[in-house]
Amino acid sequence: MIDEVFRAEYGRAVSVLTRFLGDIDLAEEAVQDAFATAAARWPVDGVPPAPAGWIITTARNRAIDRLRREAKGREKQASLVLQEPEVEEVGAVPDERLRLIFTCCHPALGLPAQVALTLKLLGGLSTAEIARAFLVPEPTMAQRIVRAKGKIRAARIPYRVPRDADLPARLTAVLAVLYLIFNEGYLGPASLAGEAIRLGRVLAALMPDEPEVWGLLALMLLVDSRRDARTSGDRLVLLADQDPSAWDAAMVAEGQDIVRRCLRWNRPGRYQLQAAINAVHSDPPTDWTQVVALYDQLMAVAPSPVVALHRAVAVAEVSGAAAALRLVDAVDLPRYHLFHAVRADLLGRLGQDPVPSLEAALALATHPAERDLLRSRLLAATDQQDHPDQHDQTQHDPHPGRHST
Amino acid sequence: MTQQYLLSIYQPDGEAPPPEVLEPIMQDLAALNEEMQERGVWVFAAGLHPPSTATVLQAKDDDVLLTDGPFAEGKEHIGGFTVIRAADLDEALEWGRRLATVLSPLSIEVRPIAFG
Repeated sequence: MIDEVFRAEYGRAVSVLTRFLGDIDLAEEAVQDAFATAAARWPVDGVPPAPAGWIITTARNRAIDRLRREAKGREKQASLVLQEPEVEEVGAVPDERLRLIFTCCHPALGLPAQVALTLKLLGGLSTAEIARAFLVPEPTMAQRIVRAKGKIRAARIPYRVPRDADLPARLTAVLAVLYLIFNEGYLGPASLAGEAIRLGRVLAALMPDEPEVWGLLALMLLVDSRRDARTSGDRLVLLADQDPSAWDAAMVAEGQDIVRRCLRWNRPGRYQLQAAINAVHSDPPTDWTQVVALYDQLMAVAPSPVVALHRAVAVAEVSGAAAALRLVDAVDLPRYHLFHAVRADLLGRLGQDPVPSLEAALALATHPAERDLLRSRLLAATDQQDHPDQHDQTQHDPHPGRHST
Repeated sequence: MTQQYLLSIYQPDGEAPPPEVLEPIMQDLAALNEEMQERGVWVFAAGLHPPSTATVLQAKDDDVLLTDGPFAEGKEHIGGFTVIRAADLDEALEWGRRLATVLSPLSIEVRPIAFG
């Protein structure tokens, strides 16, 4: 019970307290104190009717007590806080969380710091958990968070909902951070992908009129719906080989529903288009003509070599491998394993030697499941001299934002 | 409550641009400084002589060592700075953005002042 309240309400409690106290560290300490008290009391006294409100009120009282105790040297700050009117009632302050999201994702902070702070303050994840997810030592992550908080304090990064004029630029950063968190969980810990989706829902509830916010939520839902089908044991299963009955039907339905709503908006952006592509894939057999058309639009809105590569994969299904190979050869991504994997597949389909490309892909791939898959394809390619009519599909889960950041 | 920020202007070493390029820029800069003063933001601004005119001092034992040249070797050095007063970083960055636009393509570093 406490765990649930913690995950759902930690971010909001920290937000409210930060505004009240003007200091993120103080706010975090007070909220953690309150949760510690809850852990001791709730099992005995029972869970209060409004657990989140209880946490915020308790944290606020703790902070006031503490400031009173330390009042000597800090008289001014204490009196300032104590004169403040009552904190607004919980539930009526959804903007508090928005404030914190936009403070964490301020463009003056580096992207790694934005991600770390968002997870720490909004997700309530511990420094150790975040460090594990991003494969960095805990002290490195701790230092990153301390430095980011220090900059917020010293440079006075404002704790407020940005003005309308700032929104487009800031929202882009916020969405990028959520997507980055999600991507870390793509082949990594499911909890991270789940956290990104949860934060996406929070953002969608807070900014329901922004189609790209919904686009990102739909994209994450549709990609994550295939999580269980994406691997078999430790092996990666390509989209074409996945069993659709293993997809999470509820997530697919919700994602497709949001995509349809986005279409009615008719304000396409990169996340909505990627969501639309994934929606088409979620409705097998894939309508490749539609996928190519969506990639065309994506190239117009957010062109990148990675998108061009994914588009070529779709073109192969519509216009054949030769046309796709011409497109791939025009893409400049020599350091990207999927570039070589896609080339290998197209070469194989054209009856040419895929082995050098597969070797290049294997040399660049880092994820064990992807490496396993490439190794088995390399084996198959060597076998193929005997059985020339077999070929592998290359289509990963279409997720062209991956690796492009 | 306001905070002071140092906006330092980084520029490549070497010859200054010719007058026909420099003059309109300096006019825009003067206009921006004036606007900052009118808005009560401006604290102090200065342009510096080239880094070759700098001398570095460092106390060693009982002596103070003098070295010719700027503290750090580089292709770019501080060419000038402006100190402003702002409510928060966003406000400071907005003025920094204006300064960077006037002085394009030079980089502007915005840093909060701790004491003073």
